[in-house]
Amino acid sequence: MLSAPATQKPIELILARQLASYLAMPIFLVDAAGTLVFYNEPAEGILGRRFDETGEMPASEWAAVFAPADDAGCALPPDKVPLMIAHVERRPVHVCLRIRGFDNVCRQIEATAIPLIAPAGRYVGALAIFWETAQA
Amino acid sequence: MKVTLWGVRGSLASPGADTARYGGNTSCVEVRGDDGAVVILDAGTGIRPLGRALPPSVRRIDLLLTHLHMDHIQGLGFFAPLFEPQVEVHLWGPPSTTLGLRERLMRYLSPPLFPVRLRDIPALILHEVSDDTFELGELRISAAPVCHPGPTIGYRLASPRATLAYLPDHEPALGAPDFCAASAWTSGFALAEGADLLIHDAQYSAAEYAHHLGWGHSAIEHALAFAALAGVRHLVTFHHDPAHNDDEIDRLTAAATSAARPAFRVTAGAEGAAFGLG
Repeated sequence: MLSAPATQKPIELILARQLASYLAMPIFLVDAAGTLVFYNEPAEGILGRRFDETGEMPASEWAAVFAPADDAGCALPPDKVPLMIAHVERRPVHVCLRIRGFDNVCRQIEATAIPLIAPAGRYVGALAIFWETAQA
Repeated sequence: MKVTLWGVRGSLASPGADTARYGGNTSCVEVRGDDGAVVILDAGTGIRPLGRALPPSVRRIDLLLTHLHMDHIQGLGFFAPLFEPQVEVHLWGPPSTTLGLRERLMRYLSPPLFPVRLRDIPALILHEVSDDTFELGELRISAAPVCHPGPTIGYRLASPRATLAYLPDHEPALGAPDFCAASAWTSGFALAEGADLLIHDAQYSAAEYAHHLGWGHSAIEHALAFAALAGVRHLVTFHHDPAHNDDEIDRLTAAATSAARPAFRVTAGAEGAAFGLG
C-alpha cells in the first residue's frame, strides 16, 4: 500500500465520486474508515446543505446527524443506518427510513447501500443511493 | 539512479523519417540503481534494443508492467534476456479481478498471437502487484492503481537520493470538474508527489483530448497541470500519439509549456534520452 493515504484517496473511491457527481440520483460516499467524504448535488437537495458547507464528517457524526428513524418514526441506532450496515458488515442493504436534513425538513426516503470492494478484496469504502419518497 | 528512455510512443509503434528524432518505439524505460539493480518499466517495442544493449554480466532483471495493453507488452517476446537461462527475469504486473497475471500474459504469449508459450520461457518469475510497496536493491517501489481503462498501475521508484514517478498511461482529468485542484481526489497524486522526475502521459493536444474522453490518456496541458499539483522538479512528457510527428511534438510541447509557464523543467521524451537522478 502506498504510504500516503492522507493525501490521495484510492482510485476506486475517486472514480466512485466522479460517477456520483455525474448522476442525478442522490449519492452518499464514505471511505474505508467510514468518514463521509462526499455527497453529490442531488443529495444536497435531500440533506438540505451543500457538501462544501459540511465537509468531511466522521461516522460517529453522520450516522446520527440526520436523525434517522424507521417508518413508524422510531429513532434508528447508528448501526441500523443503511450506509453504516454496508460499511461495518460489508454487505448490501435496502431500507426505507426517515431522515431530517440540515434544513430541518423531515423526509421519507428509500436507501440502497453497498460496500466498495476493490481487487484482492481491498475494502475502500461504501456508497448509498437515496430516493425521496415523500416529505414526512 | 540513471533513467534511460527506450520507447516513448503511445498506442502503436510508429517508425519513419518524420518520427526519427523522438522515436517510434512504444513504452520502455530503463532504470539503473546506483547499486547496479536493473529495473525496466514496461515492455513496449523499445525493450528489444534495450535487451541487446544490456551487458552480459547482468544476472537479474526486474521488469515492471503498468498494464497489459499491447503497446506495453508487445516487445516482451523479443526481449533477448528472457531466453538466456542464466538471466533471472522477474516480471511484475497487475492481475485483473478474475484472471491472474500469468493467465493474462498467456493470452499474448501463446499461439496464434506468438509462437513461443509463456511456459517455455526458462527463468521468468511472475509477481502480481496492484497496490503494494516492495524493495529492489536500494530502490523502494510503490505501485498503485491509476485512472486508465482496465487494471493499470503507476510506479514510484525511490532511492535514498532521488525519486522517479512513472505514469505512462493516465487520465487524471477524466470526470474531474475540479482538475487539477484537489490533490486528495486526483488519481496518481500520491505516486508523483514531490518526484524529482515524472514521466507522464501526454498523448494529446487539448483539442484532440476533447474527442478522446475516457480513452485513458492526457493532454499535454493535463500533464503540466498534474506535474504542478504534484510539485515535481522535472516533467518528461511521454506516450506521444503515433499521429504526431517530430515537428508536431515540438510545436505542441512548446505551446502548452509557454501557456502554463511551469516552475519546473519540461522535456518532451525522446528515445535515447537519459537522466541522472540523485
